This record gives sequence, structure tokens and C-alpha cells, in this order.
Amino acid sequence: MSDITKQSLTELVENIKNKKLSSTDVTKAFIDRSEKSEELNAYITNDFTSALDKAKKFDQKPNLNLKLPGIPMAVKDLFCTKDIKTTAGSKILNNFVPTYESTVTENIWNEGAILLGKLNCDEFAMGSSNETSFFGNVQSPIDKNLVPGGSSGGSASAVAGQLTPVTIGTDTGGSIRQPASFTGIVGLKPTYGSCSRYGIVAFASSLDQAGPMAQNVKDCALLHEVISSYDSKDATSIDFKRNHYSKELTNNIKGKKIGIPKEYRVDGMPKEIEDLWQKGIQYVKDCGAETIDISLPNTSYALPTYYIVAPAEASSNLARYDGVKYGFRAKGENLIDMYEKTRSEGFGAEVQRRIMIGTYVLSSGYYDAYYLKAQKVRKLIKNDFDEAYKKVDAILTPSTPSSAFKIGEKTNDPVSMYLNDIFTVPVNLAGLPGISIPAGHDSKGYPLGLQIIGKAFDEQNILNIAYAMEEKINFKNRITDWWIK
Amino acid sequence: MSIDLKTIKHISKLARISVDEQRAEKLAGDLNSIFEFIEKLNELKTDNVEPLTSIAETTLKLRSDEVKSKNIREQIIKNSPQDNEDYFVVPKVIE
Repeated sequence: MSDITKQSLTELVENIKNKKLSSTDVTKAFIDRSEKSEELNAYITNDFTSALDKAKKFDQKPNLNLKLPGIPMAVKDLFCTKDIKTTAGSKILNNFVPTYESTVTENIWNEGAILLGKLNCDEFAMGSSNETSFFGNVQSPIDKNLVPGGSSGGSASAVAGQLTPVTIGTDTGGSIRQPASFTGIVGLKPTYGSCSRYGIVAFASSLDQAGPMAQNVKDCALLHEVISSYDSKDATSIDFKRNHYSKELTNNIKGKKIGIPKEYRVDGMPKEIEDLWQKGIQYVKDCGAETIDISLPNTSYALPTYYIVAPAEASSNLARYDGVKYGFRAKGENLIDMYEKTRSEGFGAEVQRRIMIGTYVLSSGYYDAYYLKAQKVRKLIKNDFDEAYKKVDAILTPSTPSSAFKIGEKTNDPVSMYLNDIFTVPVNLAGLPGISIPAGHDSKGYPLGLQIIGKAFDEQNILNIAYAMEEKINFKNRITDWWIK
Repeated sequence: MSIDLKTIKHISKLARISVDEQRAEKLAGDLNSIFEFIEKLNELKTDNVEPLTSIAETTLKLRSDEVKSKNIREQIIKNSPQDNEDYFVVPKVIE
């Protein structure tokens, strides 16, 4: 089978279970394609040699009852992997080799999957284009010199470019959904507390969530079912009954009420996005769902709120990088000088900017005006959703206000970069699940995504709506393999 | 409101990140444009709003106080940039 890497996760699992393919066949195919795809710069670290060993070992004694039997998979380099370098895209962790495994990746290996390597991302997941990575920007498989989005840019590029069948990313303000939308794939940001944060390099702890990225909704449901678990090692992990998301997946969404929030019709949004949204509304109606106009009045305050809350938490979380216990250390004349030089040389510009914002809003005299104010507005944003969910079961919006942009286009203007996350950030602030699915192309041929936002813990419902829409949309990603010589 | 170079120097001290003059000026420009955008929040009256401090509305679970990891000193020291097998080493702090 020459087209192994074109197969979906669901197909690969089936073919391994039916013994039509071995784990070695599949692992070899993805390694081979990954090796031919260096130009994408999707990987920071590869683990191909030991992946092949593990695949061979799996084939000698295959356990076919597992959910991901012998499936190779690369993951975002924000997840700690035991004995495999984990950098978070930063110089400051360039030599960090964890002695423990994140819960989410442990869940994946326990179901039989095999690590291919660690995928590029924005430094400490701070960015929307993968251009802040110490290891260089990532190319999108859609077009040369196009950003794959971020922060899970390497993850998006690797799935869309078929370097890995599926992957996991993390989403603090849109870091799974925005790159999924930019590269024509599916990305789910689960409810806060659904997936353990243990062993994930922390950015903003009240917003961070891990989630699956895949070529289709069914694959996404299957991977979500593997990674979502209660974990006593994460104090904010929530103990609730989790579904068999892939088994319970249905395209029957008859009678579902879907809200269309008028505040997401923002100034300057391209007509193509508006048209796509209207098409989406028609699709859900065709599936027998009902759409209802709703209002989320505080939407325009979400981004300013986020740019207080996230940097504040980041400045506190990143205080641990001091050159003492792990990571990079610069030489200093004394202890304080060593701290200051380590952090100045070890962190990139965007990370320093956010630490500075966070330090400022938490500093004496400014706390009430900024941080407390933001926490109050965050409450109003959550109340908006609570109110809307009295009337509707889910909400449909565009995923991003534009399609992917060129590398370098927005690097000099932080605020215009931040505006990318305008439709995704409110979901993190309210702790809700959201999924982005590819829904069409713009005039340049770049993918565009639609987002379905659910009630807390209602992943099954948004997966079902996405599944029903996927069938109607019948999206085909235009991957030309431009980077393969 | 405007963030001047003096404020940038003060924040960089608090954040333990050394910045030279050139970086400080760039940061002042960036932070001013970001805060201009953040000031939008002042349009909202929030006097009677309870701040949202935790998105997961659950009380923290209690657990028994047990040692779960034993004899992991080697693991803890392993990633230290400079070690002497037993301790983390830092530049001299006492004269």
C-alpha cells in the first residue's frame, strides 16, 4: 500500500486490526514522509529510530484490543515526554529532558500508540503563526511561505501534510482551532478540566487545555476519547462521566438548537468569511437543526481581557525559569545578574513582552485596575454564554476572521497578530469546548474553518454537529506536496 | 496612559529580565499599543460584578498526605545547568 499516509486514523486502526497492515508498515510510511518533509520544519526533535523499534516489537506481540494499536504519532513539543527532549519551542528549555511523562501522552501510549517525535510550536505556546519558535517558523503544507497558524503550528502542519495520522496540541486562546482552520483540518479544544494539564509546560493555567487535531471528525473523537481522563495529579482536573466519543458519534442532529451570535459579525471581516458562515447556517438547517439569533454582548471585551489574564498567569508560571534547576543558564556576576541575563538571553521577544505585560498588571498599584477588572469582565463573558445556553444547545461561528497569512506579514504589529484569536479566545475565558472544522476555501484557495462552541462537558454534542456538517460540506484539502522534491 | 522608559526599567527589574536601552524603547512602544487596546475594558461598569477566580466551579479534592515519589534526587538534579551531585549550584550570594 503506497498511500498509507493518506489514510485516516480510523482506517489505519481498522487495517492494523484486520492485519492488512502492520505497525511497522505504517510507522515506516510516516517516518519516510516526515524525512522528505524537512522543509516544513514541523519537527523539533524526531525519535524515528526508536519508533521503528517499538513498531517491530508491537508486531511481534500485537495487542489489537487497544484503541490506537501500533499507531505512530508525533506530538506538540509542549508535552513532557520521559527521556525525550522537551523544549516548548524555547531556547531556555533547549537542553531539558523530562524525567516524567505528561498524563495526556501517557494515555496515548497506554492505548498502543508510538511516539514519532516532538512538533514545533510558538515559544511557550505564545503566538498565532508559529513564528516565535526558537527553532524557526513552520511552513504550511497549503502553500510556500504561508503560516500554519499557531501556537500548535507544527502539529497542524504535520497532520495536514500527512507526517502523522493525528496529533495533540494545546489551546490557551485558540492555539488548536486557529491552526486547524488555517490548514484545513479538524481541531478540538475540550472543556477546561477534561484533559489533565499534568506534564504540559504551563502558559496560562486557568485557560490551557490539551486537545486532538485530526483529518476528520471521527478521528478527532477517537483521539479525544483516549486523552480525556480524570487525573488526581492536576488539581483542576474534573471527575465527570466521559463518553465513548467515537462510538457514540452520530450525524443525527435533528431538532438541535444552534445559536448564531450577532457580535461575531465584526468590522472589516472579509465577505468570504461571512458567506462561509451563511453556508454553515444552511448546512445545519439541512441537517434538521434549528438556528436561533442570539447575543453575546461582551464579545468585544474578550480579547482585552485575555491579554491581561493570560500574560498575568504566564509571568507567574514562567518565574520558574531562573537558570538554577533546569534549562539554560547565562553567566552572571552575581545571583541576580545571572537570573536577569538567563531570562533575557533565554526567552524570545514575544515571551518577554508577555512577561512584562503580566508583571505590570500584577504589580502594586495596578492590580485592581487591570487584573481584578479583567476577572470581573471574564465573569460577564461567562454569564453571556450561560444566558445563551438557556436557549440553544450549541453556537456556530467562523473560526478566524481571515484565512492564513504570509510568513512575516504580522510580526511587527503584536495587536494585529492578537486579533487572529478574536473568535476563539471567548471560549477559553468561559472554559467551554469548541471545535474548528474545515468548511471551504477563499479566493486564494486557502482553507477556512467554522467553529462550533458547546456547553461545558458537552463535547459529544459538538462532535455530532461537526460530524453532520462534515458530511454536507465534503471538504477536500488541497495539498500539492509542494515541499517534496 | 503612557508607559515610559522608567516604568519599563522598573517592570524589567520585577520580572528579572535585563533589557538594554534599545530593547526598552521597543518594549515601551509595544506595551503602549497593547495597553491602548486593553483600555477598552474601562467602557464597562463592573462595580457590582464578582470576579471570576476559577473556571472550574469545584472545591479542591482532599487527599491523604503520602509520599509518592521516593529517592528521586538524581532525577531532580539531572537537568540542573550546574550541579555537584548533591545540590543545585548558584553564584556566590554571601560575601
